[in-house]
Amino acid sequence: MQELLSEYLPILVFIGIAVGLSAVIIIASLVLAKQAPDVEKLSAYECGFAPFEDARIKFDVRFYLVAILFIIFDLEVAFLFPWAVTLGDIGTFGFVSMVIFLAVLTVGFIYEWKKGALEWE
Amino acid sequence: MELLWDGYIEPLVWIVAKILAIVVPLLVAVAYLTYAERKVIGAIQLRKGPNVVGPFGLLQPLADGLKLFLKETIIPTSANKGVFIIAPMLTFILAIIAWAVIPFDEGMVLADLNVGILYLFAISSLGVYGIVMAGWASNSKYAFLGALRSGAQMVSYEISIGLIIISVLLTTGSLNLSDIVRGQIGGVWEWNFVYHFPMFIVFIVSILAETNRAPFDLPEAEAELVSGYNVDYSAMTFALFFLGEYANMILMSGLCAVLFLGGWTAPLPFLDFIPGAIWFILKICFVLFIFLWVRATFPRYRYDQLMRLGWKIFLPLSFAWVMLVATFLVVFDKVPA
Amino acid sequence: MVVQALAFYLFATIAVLSATAVVTVRNPVHSVLLLILTFFNAAGLFVLLGAEFLAMLLVVVYVGAVAVLFLFVVMMLDINFVEMRQGFLNYLPIGVLIAVVLFVELAFVGAGWTLTDEAVAVLAQPTPAGVGNVEALGRLIYTDYAYIFQSAGLVLLVAMIGAIVLTLRHREGVRRQKISEQVKRTRADTLEIKKVPVGRGI
Repeated sequence: MQELLSEYLPILVFIGIAVGLSAVIIIASLVLAKQAPDVEKLSAYECGFAPFEDARIKFDVRFYLVAILFIIFDLEVAFLFPWAVTLGDIGTFGFVSMVIFLAVLTVGFIYEWKKGALEWE
Repeated sequence: MELLWDGYIEPLVWIVAKILAIVVPLLVAVAYLTYAERKVIGAIQLRKGPNVVGPFGLLQPLADGLKLFLKETIIPTSANKGVFIIAPMLTFILAIIAWAVIPFDEGMVLADLNVGILYLFAISSLGVYGIVMAGWASNSKYAFLGALRSGAQMVSYEISIGLIIISVLLTTGSLNLSDIVRGQIGGVWEWNFVYHFPMFIVFIVSILAETNRAPFDLPEAEAELVSGYNVDYSAMTFALFFLGEYANMILMSGLCAVLFLGGWTAPLPFLDFIPGAIWFILKICFVLFIFLWVRATFPRYRYDQLMRLGWKIFLPLSFAWVMLVATFLVVFDKVPA
Repeated sequence: MVVQALAFYLFATIAVLSATAVVTVRNPVHSVLLLILTFFNAAGLFVLLGAEFLAMLLVVVYVGAVAVLFLFVVMMLDINFVEMRQGFLNYLPIGVLIAVVLFVELAFVGAGWTLTDEAVAVLAQPTPAGVGNVEALGRLIYTDYAYIFQSAGLVLLVAMIGAIVLTLRHREGVRRQKISEQVKRTRADTLEIKKVPVGRGI
């Protein structure tokens, strides 16, 4: 346990230093550089037009579909990680078990493909 | 007092020193990567590239950095201020903390995690947040559309990267990055890219897409989205995005070197006298050169082509490779113990 | 040990504070971002318990994938949140009732909680000696718990098909690239060379 945690301590310190460094960079520039804001300069960039509506619009549901499919395949990859490193210990049964799992998901993948969910239009 | 010094402060000082030994060269490398990029692309297009500031233009990146530093930080009034500032910080933080687990040489690693490759996978899967947050917080249409495209693109290619990592893990049998490199000791014919050659190619293309580089730089498409999610950023907030993106490129090249090109190991056994870190850096430079070469050579992909490549070609291909490797290992009883 | 305790209090405090903020802040995007912060600190707590694989998976799956979907959904909805809050008082009694029931249930669980000797031993050493986290899990999931593993696969299949059935709508009149047709096209299909006599045109 102790050994395991001592490997993680540098990462915690690293995160601290990275947060500090990025904050210092922004604040130093804010303080040292000359700031002269005005109304036009601070409006959102829209190629010279005044922005006429809120930019946050409803968009194609396809982006949600991509995100959902990503979650599913990401989980599949997550299941593969322990399997890949213990393949030697779990023998043929473990191998076949994973093959069945993947076959089920391949059915889903083929369904997706045939339905045209992977087509971008 | 003695106890406090020996037990806590001294190790802490060592850790901080090691972190600085990673971060400072990394930032210098990022600066000179931009220089190398302009020089290489210049050479490919029969131009000279930067050659005015300093000898051979070597001070150009410093001049660029100083210029950005002295510019005004603009935070649009319609933006969501907190998120707007945190987004570039997040991109930068993620790009540098991932380096904690990269082994530069035998034992030369900040945190030798048992699950090092998963740590990298986790950190790189967070990269999408910096971009999506920036696009949303800017409250500008260009930024918003750029962020959306970028988000969908990054998640699509992450799956094939995950599957490729799995196929390498099958032949290595460990999630520890140092162990993955140790499995490749013994010369160039022991390196993973020999056995996983198709996946090596797919991996290189996927990391191009994952880092939003040409020919997959649609999120930035300057002609239509005027540089995408970071359009409203200026001065150091922009610089942090820039540093983060380039540090990410170097990180992905490092990951490629660890997974496929034998990390710190020498290509031929008699070259072992050269320190491993130098080999590792040379390999990173090689992969980075491919990044630049590709950028100067290929036209940009169309978005539907990009998604098709990710979902319909790379995903089934890397999936089939995982099954092929696993079946081969089990049938011939060659699974690493 | 001191560092470990400090880290625990750091993660736990941030996790509790950000979890509270998730339900109290007004802007839903801020809530999702705070939710991500909560997940992240929970991952830190997992590491402190010695469950490094679970910690990484929490980040990969929940933060890297599920929360991305949440963020996509919340960011891009243009709901009027002032309007949404108007029904607040109407639902308050039901909400409070459910909260009380849940609290009582949790209190019962908490009161009836005992640790067996075995559990204490397991807590002291989560994985068998000399075996990493990932290996320890891998040896169990695919063999001893094969049925549960397969049903996880089925759940994922249902999720995949469900997502497609619910969200997939084909738009009319969209032109798609047909690569096979592009490749099959020959010169004879598209090009015809005509001899044009000089000075007469076509």
